[in-house]
Amino acid sequence: MARAASIQTRIGFTALAWAIALLLFAPILWTILTAFKTEAEAIATSPTFLPREFTLENFGAVQDRSDYFKHAFNSIIFSVGSTLLGLVIGVPAAWAMAFAPTKRTKDVLMWMLSTKMMPAVGVLIPIYLIFRDLRLLDTLHGLTLIMTLINLPIIIWMLYTYFKEIPVDILEAARMDGAELYNEIVHVLVPMAVPGIASTLLLNVILAWNEAFWTITLTSGKAGTLTAFISSFSSPQGLFLAKLSAASLLAIAPILLMGWFSQKQLVRGLTFGAVK
Amino acid sequence: MATAQTRTLSRIMMAPAVIVLLIWMIVPLVMTLWFSFQNYSLINPMMTGFAGWANYVYVIGDPSFIQSLVNTLILVGGVLLITIIGGTLLALLLDQPIWGQGILRIIVISPFFVMPPVAALIWKNGFMHPGYGMLAHLWKFFGLQPIDWFNQYPMFSVIVIVAWQWLPFATLILLTALQSLSEEQREAAEMDGANAINRFYHIILPHMARAITIVILIQTIFLLGIFAEIRVTTGGGPGYASTNIAFLVFRTGILSNDIGAGSAGGVVAVVIANIVAIFLMRAVGKNLDA
Repeated sequence: MARAASIQTRIGFTALAWAIALLLFAPILWTILTAFKTEAEAIATSPTFLPREFTLENFGAVQDRSDYFKHAFNSIIFSVGSTLLGLVIGVPAAWAMAFAPTKRTKDVLMWMLSTKMMPAVGVLIPIYLIFRDLRLLDTLHGLTLIMTLINLPIIIWMLYTYFKEIPVDILEAARMDGAELYNEIVHVLVPMAVPGIASTLLLNVILAWNEAFWTITLTSGKAGTLTAFISSFSSPQGLFLAKLSAASLLAIAPILLMGWFSQKQLVRGLTFGAVK
Repeated sequence: MATAQTRTLSRIMMAPAVIVLLIWMIVPLVMTLWFSFQNYSLINPMMTGFAGWANYVYVIGDPSFIQSLVNTLILVGGVLLITIIGGTLLALLLDQPIWGQGILRIIVISPFFVMPPVAALIWKNGFMHPGYGMLAHLWKFFGLQPIDWFNQYPMFSVIVIVAWQWLPFATLILLTALQSLSEEQREAAEMDGANAINRFYHIILPHMARAITIVILIQTIFLLGIFAEIRVTTGGGPGYASTNIAFLVFRTGILSNDIGAGSAGGVVAVVIANIVAIFLMRAVGKNLDA
């Protein structure tokens, strides 16, 4: 009897959870479905769920209108570039703080985190003027530089919490076995550090990909990333719901897939290691 | 262990990060402060010189400022309320023995990966459009007059979009915290005869308290700076009905080219964010010792 009741509760909870989850997912699902409909079907007065007439023409139209590939290329350079640059600066710093901590290490970490609290609008105007004077407005390298600075505190924090978990005893053991410093680094430390660095890379690429303040305010056409690409669809032109859906799908698909793989690291990275 | 040699080495390793962050933190902020006391307009080059508090008086005295401040608070407060309560309930539900938990987690977290302008445009056109939006179809189905969401309820509409993006974040973090509560603790409480409500108040909620605090503080930092969602949906309107501080600064400084007044608004935004930041630093700092 008790068992039957628990199965019933389980079915109830499962049904409720799926219903809520699908409701939350509905806007994304709807966008995916609409992307493959014709414009006429997309705005029909009696909406269809599945595309009646499956079409890929929207994707071609989006490419012709706003050049998806150029913006996607910019997004990749911007998000991967800023993250790699951040790792080049961040790995040594996090390494030093994790393995040779001093009395001030904690203060330094907190200070780095505090730079993240500065609202972007607080520095928008000087950055805009500096970029204008240095001819960095609407350039990919200028934008990448800003993104590196924005994500650097998160990169260092994430790396620090991962490096902290590498047991120092192992290093001592390797040293006892007579391992040289080079061997110690290549054969002992790097294999243990790589997963943490990879997670950091993944999360920061996602954050940069979705960054939508600087990419919109500092670009106009040339260096626009996908956030700028999609913002150009904010004023409708004729029949466009299906095209907008296709453009949206193209903009979010790559990162949605990456995000699904990295949700565990997401929690850790975004809470600065406070929730694991 | 920490010889003079390793100390020097670690300083060298930290130097690039410290230097770039120091520059990033100080230079633009000092410039914003400086501009905020200057007469500086990109349209009118004749207007120069020290302005005293004039920019602040102008920005704060403008009716749009109070409205923007109120809108900022409504936006942050509204989204926090929805995401914390909704996130806690959803996390509790997902923590039950249910089928397909792994897939559900992935489905639920998805909106968080949707870039802000896409999220806003999906909602604006696919759902909230008074002509062909999903909600309009739903309203018509029940024989009601479809609502023009962004004109009639601009702030509410923006809150819905932003809450949709952040509910998954709150849920995921609270779920992670919930799952770290040990099975023994729960069973012990159950054996002691505590009912579900008692268990929630005395065991689960205290355990989740820190995670909830962290979610509130991190979200607040991001929510204070909401920009793209407003930019692509209402453009801050109608009038100033959905303008927040972030959008006001953009509007004054970049769109109207009034560098002085825009900077004064920026300084105000920094002050507000700093008040929040102090609390966040305390919460995260405490955790660092643990």
